[in-house]
Amino acid sequence: MLYRYLSAIVLVTVLTGLLLTSCGDDGGGGTDLGDGSNDTFDRGAMLAHWADNIIIPAYLNYQSSLEGLVASSEAFVGEPSATTLSTLKNSWQQSYLSWQRVSMFEIGKAEQLVLRSFTNIYPTDTTGLLDNISSGTYNLALASKYDEQGFPAIEYLLFAHDENETVEDFAGNNAQGQYLLDLTSRLQSLTNEVVEDWQGGYRETFVADDGSSGTSSVNKMVNDYIFYYEKSLRAGKVGIPAGIFSGSPLPNTVEARYSGDFAKPLFLEALNATQNFFNGTPYSGGSNGPSLRAYLDHLNTIREGEDLGLLIDDQFESARLAAAGLDNSFFAQVESDNSALLALYDELQKNVILLKVDMLQALNINVDFVDADGD
Amino acid sequence: MLASIIRSWAYGWIDKLYIQPKFHFSYYGFEWVQPISQYTYLLFIVCAISALFVAIGYRYRLAIVTFFLSFTYIELMDKTTYLNHYYFVSILSFLMIWLPAARYFSIDAYRNVRLRSQRIPRWTIDSVKLLLCIVYFYAGLAKLNSDWLIEAMPLKIWLPGRYDLPIIGPLLEQEWAIYAFSWAGALYDLAIPFLLLYGGTRLLGFSLVVFFHLMTSALFPIGMFPYIMIVSTLIFFSSSLHHRLLSGMASLGRFSKSIFDNNQSWKSRKAPLYKLQIGLVALFFALQLALPFRYLLYPGELFWTEEGYRFSWRVMLMEKAGSTNFKIVDQKNQKTFYVDNSDFLSSYQAKQMAFQPDFILEYAHFLRDHFTSQGHEQVAVYAESYVALNGRRSKQFIDPTIDLASQPISLLPKPWILPFHDQISGL
Repeated sequence: MLYRYLSAIVLVTVLTGLLLTSCGDDGGGGTDLGDGSNDTFDRGAMLAHWADNIIIPAYLNYQSSLEGLVASSEAFVGEPSATTLSTLKNSWQQSYLSWQRVSMFEIGKAEQLVLRSFTNIYPTDTTGLLDNISSGTYNLALASKYDEQGFPAIEYLLFAHDENETVEDFAGNNAQGQYLLDLTSRLQSLTNEVVEDWQGGYRETFVADDGSSGTSSVNKMVNDYIFYYEKSLRAGKVGIPAGIFSGSPLPNTVEARYSGDFAKPLFLEALNATQNFFNGTPYSGGSNGPSLRAYLDHLNTIREGEDLGLLIDDQFESARLAAAGLDNSFFAQVESDNSALLALYDELQKNVILLKVDMLQALNINVDFVDADGD
Repeated sequence: MLASIIRSWAYGWIDKLYIQPKFHFSYYGFEWVQPISQYTYLLFIVCAISALFVAIGYRYRLAIVTFFLSFTYIELMDKTTYLNHYYFVSILSFLMIWLPAARYFSIDAYRNVRLRSQRIPRWTIDSVKLLLCIVYFYAGLAKLNSDWLIEAMPLKIWLPGRYDLPIIGPLLEQEWAIYAFSWAGALYDLAIPFLLLYGGTRLLGFSLVVFFHLMTSALFPIGMFPYIMIVSTLIFFSSSLHHRLLSGMASLGRFSKSIFDNNQSWKSRKAPLYKLQIGLVALFFALQLALPFRYLLYPGELFWTEEGYRFSWRVMLMEKAGSTNFKIVDQKNQKTFYVDNSDFLSSYQAKQMAFQPDFILEYAHFLRDHFTSQGHEQVAVYAESYVALNGRRSKQFIDPTIDLASQPISLLPKPWILPFHDQISGL
C-alpha cells in the first residue's frame, strides 16, 4: 500500500519534471491564457511594437541612407571634386546619424554578424587602413580588421585632410577610391542581411519568443539595450575620451574625431534613441506604445513601489541637459574643459544604476543570462 | 539501508565544470584553496568517482572521505558559486564519514561477510534526520521577517515574472496568491520536520515535500536541490519501506538481497574510537545549531550587510542586485581612474561581487595589488556602489570616502558599509 503510493508519487515527480523542463526550453506560450484578464502585461504586444514600430523602421531608414552613401561615394570616386566630396560628406553624416538609431539592436542577425563591431569601432587604426590601401590586399571580414573599416575609417579618408588635398589624393590614387567603395558597400551588404532577416521571418520568431526564460526575446533585448547604454553610449562616447578609465583624458578616442563638429549630434541622436526605446516612442514619432516604462508601471500596480519609469525618464532628461552646453566637437571639449564631459558622464552613470539595478530587479531579469542555479 | 539515499544523490554535479577567470573570491581562512589549472577537471572526476563508490558502497570510508574533501574543495575555490544546497551536500558528506553506511546492500558488505550487519544504531539514522530538520526549520525561522510575511518580498518580484507557466501562470500576478505562497512557504518549512517525524503524518509530510519541491523547481532555477531533498526525506520512513525499495532494486539487478539479511547488529569494535566518533558528531551538531545565529554578533541589518548570512539556511529570502565600480587613486602621482570590472571578473562574479561587502573588499585588495604591480604608487581604492534590496529603490551601499585598500579583511564588522535606512524586523 505504502509502496504503491510512493511509486505513484515518484511517477508524478518524474512526469512533472519532464513537463516542466520541456516548457522551460521553448519558453513560449502563456499569453493566450490572458484573454479574460487585464492583469497580465502582454510581452508579445511589446515585442511586436518594438519590432514593427521601432526596430524595423529604424533599420529601413538606415538602409536607405546607406544607399545614398554608396551612390555618393561612387560619384565621388568616379569624379573627385569639391562638389562630389561635399555631397559624400553629407551622406556620411546622414548615415552615421541613422546608425545611432539601430546600433543598440544587436540581436538576431546583427548579433550573428557582429554588426556594431564592423560598423563603428573608434578610434580607427589609421596605420592599418593605410597599409590596406597600399597593399591592396585585405579581408574586411576578419575580427582584426574591426577598426580599419566602418564609419570611423570612412571619416578618416574624407575628413583627415583639407578638402583640396582629399580631392587630389583620391584623384591620384585608385586604390584609395577602391578602399572607400569597399567600406561603404560592406556597410550596405551587412545591413541588407540584417534587414532581410527581420523581414524574412525573424520578426515572427522575435515576437513569438515572449516567455520569461533567460533567452527569451525580452530578456535578451533588455540585456543588449543596457549593454549598449553602458558600454557604447556612456563609456564609448563620453567616459573613455574624458579619461574615466585611464586617469587622464584621451581626446583622440572621441567618436567623429576628424569631422570636427559632429560628436555631439551623434551622442544626442544615440541618447534620444535609447530614451525613445525605453518609452516605446515609435521611430516615426507619435504616441508611445507598450514599452519597458509601461511594463514597470504595470508591475508597480502589483508592488506599489516608486515610479521608477518616471525616474529613469527624468534621468535621460538630466543627461540631455548636461550635454546642452558642450562643444559640438568632443575633441575640442576635452581639450578646453574636460570637467563638463565628466559631469555628463556622472549623469549617464546614474541611469546605469537605475536601469541595471532597479529596473532589472523590478522586471526580474538577470544580467547576461548567466546560466546558474540559485537557492 | 542508508544506501538508498546515498545512491540517489550521487547524480547531478558530475558534469558541472568551472570556467576559470583571472581572479577567484576566497572564503576567509581558505585563500589557499584555488583552482589547480587543468587539474581542476581531474578534481571533478575524482569527486564523481568517489560519489559513485559511495553510492554502491565500495570502499566506503575511503570513498566518502574523498568525496567530502574533493566536493568541499570545489566549493571553496570560489565563493561566487556559494549555494546553500552545495553546503548541505558538503556537511552531509562530512556527517556520513562517521556513519556506518556501507554495512548493508553494498559491495563492501557483499565482499566481506564480517562487515555485514542488518541493523545499525539508531543515532546514526537519527543524525541524518536531525540535519534535515535543521535545514527545514532554520529555513522556516529565517522566513519570519517583515519583508517575507508583510511585504511578500521577494516573491512579489519573482512570481509575476513566471506568468507564462501553464495553469498556475495567471495566478502568479494576483496579490493574494503571492501572499499565500509566502505564508505557505514559511509554514511549510517550520512544520515539515514535525510532520515527517511523527508516523501518523509522515505520508502527508512526504506528499507536501514532493509538492513543495516540484513547485519550487517549476518556479525557480534551483537545479538539483528539490530532487536531492525529496529523496533525502525518504530516510524518515521505516525500515520496512526501505527493504521493499531495495528488494525492488535487487530484482531489477537480478540478484537477491537476502545475503545481507543476517540479523546482525553493527557494533564498533574499538570503544574509544567509537566514543570519539559520537563526540565529533555531537560537536558537529552543536556548531550547526549555533552557526546560523552568529549574525546577532554583528550590528546593522543582516540582509543589507550579509555579515553572518551564509551557512545559515537563509534560502530564497532576498532579491538583491547592485552596481559597484571602483575608483583607483595613485596618491603619489595624483592620478585617478575607474576600473572596468569585465577586465578581471566574469559577468557572474561581477554580479555577485556588486552587492556583497566581503566580495567588494577582497576585490578591492586584488585591484590594489594589481595596479601596484603595474607601477602605480600608494594605491587607494574607493567603491561607488549602489544596491537594491527586495524591491526598494537602490541606495549607496559602501562609504565612497573610505579607502578599501587599507581596510583589513577579517570577520569583524565592516564599518564602511553605509546604513540601510529602513527596517526589516524578524529573526
